[in-house]
Amino acid sequence: MNYYLWPALFILISVVVGLVRILRGPTAADRMMAAQLFGTGGVAILLILAQAMQMPSLVDVALIYALLAAITMVVFVRCQWRSHENTGEMEDESH
Amino acid sequence: MSLTDLFGSFLLLLAIPFFWGGSLGLLRFPDIYTRLHALTKADNLGLGLVVAGSILISKEWTVGVKLILIWLAVLTASTISCYLIANAARKRKINPWKIP
Repeated sequence: MNYYLWPALFILISVVVGLVRILRGPTAADRMMAAQLFGTGGVAILLILAQAMQMPSLVDVALIYALLAAITMVVFVRCQWRSHENTGEMEDESH
Repeated sequence: MSLTDLFGSFLLLLAIPFFWGGSLGLLRFPDIYTRLHALTKADNLGLGLVVAGSILISKEWTVGVKLILIWLAVLTASTISCYLIANAARKRKINPWKIP
């Protein structure tokens, strides 16, 4: 069953490469988009692991992961990245 | 290893280039709107291929229904967050990238 782990490994490598955007991204939303990339890739990795390791409960973990990624983005946009506060100047201070 | 397992493994392998495309698009595209395009389309297509391969590999149909529901949840969530981020960026007067 362990040959199912190779797609999970390659998806994990691609997600880690995408996380470089957290270091480089000019605005805070770019960094949050890298976090959302980690959310989608993490769901895919968990679904593959649920089949590869014969652990069906990992599917539930993937479901929780997907829902939490959505809530994270909504909370970020509604509470952190408001437009009527300082526009433009604050963007490089959000490291 | 049956034929459905083989085809499911093929779908899992086919998902890898979409995830790589999403990551490279997130790294290489010039502004936030194009990065949103790469993030919310390519990755969700790769996740759909992973879900299809997992449905073929797993034998119970209840697991398949749950996997499809997870994929629909991720699609809805990424659509909503894409709209929210693009709308917030437009309200912040972040201009779209133009060909120089």
